[in-house]
Amino acid sequence: MKFKLTFWRAVFILIMGLGLYSTFVRYFHGLGAVSNMSDQFPWGLWIGFDCLCGVMLAAGGFCVIGAVYLFNVERLHSIVRPAVLTAFLGYLLFIVGLLFDLGRPWYIWHQLIYMNPHSVMFEVGVCVMAYTTVLFFEFLPNVLERFNLTAAIKWIKKVYAVLVVLGILLSTLHQSSLGSLYLIMPSKLHPFWYTPALPFLFFGSAIAVGLAMTIFESTQSAKAFGRHLELPVLAELGGALLVALWVNALLRFEDYFHRGMLGQIIRPSYEAYFLWLELALAFVIPIAMLSFKRVRLSPDGLYLASICTVLGFITNRLNVSVTGFETYVGHHYLPKWTEFSVTLMIIAMGFALFGLAVRYLPIYPQDNHVGQHHQADAMPAITTAVLGHAGD
Amino acid sequence: MSKALLYDATMCIGCKQCEQACAQQNKLPYDDQVAAEPVQSEHKYTVVLAKNDKFMRRLCMHCEHPACASACPVGAFHKTDEGPVVYDVWKCIGCRYCMVACAFSQPKYEWHSLNPRVRKCIMCPDRVLAGKQTACAEICPTGATKFGERDELIKEAQDRIRQNPSTYLPRLYGLHEVGGTCVLILSGVNVEEYGYPPSAKIGDTPMPEYTGRVMSKIPDFVPVWSLVLGGIYWISHRREEVAAAEAEEKNGSKR
Repeated sequence: MKFKLTFWRAVFILIMGLGLYSTFVRYFHGLGAVSNMSDQFPWGLWIGFDCLCGVMLAAGGFCVIGAVYLFNVERLHSIVRPAVLTAFLGYLLFIVGLLFDLGRPWYIWHQLIYMNPHSVMFEVGVCVMAYTTVLFFEFLPNVLERFNLTAAIKWIKKVYAVLVVLGILLSTLHQSSLGSLYLIMPSKLHPFWYTPALPFLFFGSAIAVGLAMTIFESTQSAKAFGRHLELPVLAELGGALLVALWVNALLRFEDYFHRGMLGQIIRPSYEAYFLWLELALAFVIPIAMLSFKRVRLSPDGLYLASICTVLGFITNRLNVSVTGFETYVGHHYLPKWTEFSVTLMIIAMGFALFGLAVRYLPIYPQDNHVGQHHQADAMPAITTAVLGHAGD
Repeated sequence: MSKALLYDATMCIGCKQCEQACAQQNKLPYDDQVAAEPVQSEHKYTVVLAKNDKFMRRLCMHCEHPACASACPVGAFHKTDEGPVVYDVWKCIGCRYCMVACAFSQPKYEWHSLNPRVRKCIMCPDRVLAGKQTACAEICPTGATKFGERDELIKEAQDRIRQNPSTYLPRLYGLHEVGGTCVLILSGVNVEEYGYPPSAKIGDTPMPEYTGRVMSKIPDFVPVWSLVLGGIYWISHRREEVAAAEAEEKNGSKR
């Protein structure tokens, strides 16, 4: 096969090229040269997006595992593997992102020996490490199956119940603790986002986004790999998403109500605009859409609603981590292009690895014959681009 | 008993000798250019700010319950018995949670270093341990920065307010803020004008309590939640097991 430079391959190469340049700047000129972070804004895009959003976007793994293995919802069985793959890749890339953001990433292992049990960051760190290990074992059967190592698969199946319970326990802990991180800054974070309920809100949004991401990713890979779409599965997820969104919306309302903030959040202000954007994308639009059965039964409708949800909660986490500090700091923070480029590179790596895994591992065992020569035409072509790349 | 610094802004003449002594003590460069910088940074742990011929010092507050020490995942910060909040650079992984967590935004970062450290006033712990004053207190020509026992300094500050009620505002900043700090500030104007966070905003609750309330529940949460999850798993799979066992029994009885 000859290498053909398609549009999406060019985009992928460009993203990786710029990303590598930014990586060079990061490790040879320091955080100050590569980012717009400062003593006033010690946490920027890499914490706000790569870490806070990254972990949320990878929540599909524990949501689907929980539904299928904990509650025995057999109907969702076909999406367990892609969901676990997404989660595993998500957490690996989260760690990659952390290696960029940490000032002294070569000491990341200090987490394991100099433990501070009072630190929320310590808890998040340990849970993420442990959960990534759990995900590795949940993912491992794919590889073992590929090489027909049945004995090893049997071993993992034996302990699968433990993996399932441990995975959900660890997810509950660190998904909520990402919110707890901000509890120590009541005087800095804007009251729209500072609330004692932060851990609950972060956990709730992780479930909603986990479901939305599973819908998004199933649709996306159906397009990219020419698989047929399992509409009943997606419709079921759409229904669950609607419930999750309502629960989240109720939590948010209760929180604002009990803190007497309802009057403030409807008054126009810099923060209010961002809050409205967040609430519209995360709640108003997707709830309105999913309330129609017609939308819940339409692949395009589900796809759009899930994208909207994901964007809404990304806005939420960026508000918590960036917008909410701007008034305290007294000026705005806008990431440098090199910060964006590292984030884009990490996302592109995610797409690429997902594509490779689907190509070489039995992620979609029912129809492993497809995806070989499929020519994708839409957005997911980044995945296909790398797929083709790997095959050349 | 912990040591503390009392800074009396009304006695300060803005000579910036404390800045210079601090730089010397911490082996930092200090020249006219650094002296003119009106902000704290990785090379300027303390700053004397001027506004309408009145002066105000800023430095790490050395909280009684430091947020940085509670936030740090590797415990690179700790409060010493003598009062100073110190930093063990060899533990630091560079997550900068201390910087975000500090209500006074005191920790600064070496943004342009390839092996960056967090920098802040550490209250000359070696000198304090040796029974000496901090460098800034020792050099201060007017006694505006005074080093001593925290309890005694509080008494002295309150006496000064009582004796000169027209000079001072009736408040000692740091007495109760975030649970008390080892830097206490007396002033004729509100410290907030110089960038200190308002007392009402930071409150008297030690910052680590806000996260502590959640963290303290985790040891109970883990076993309970594991049991609940395990229980759900067991119940939802029990039906399958029963069905399988019944099927086997049938097969067995046929034989």
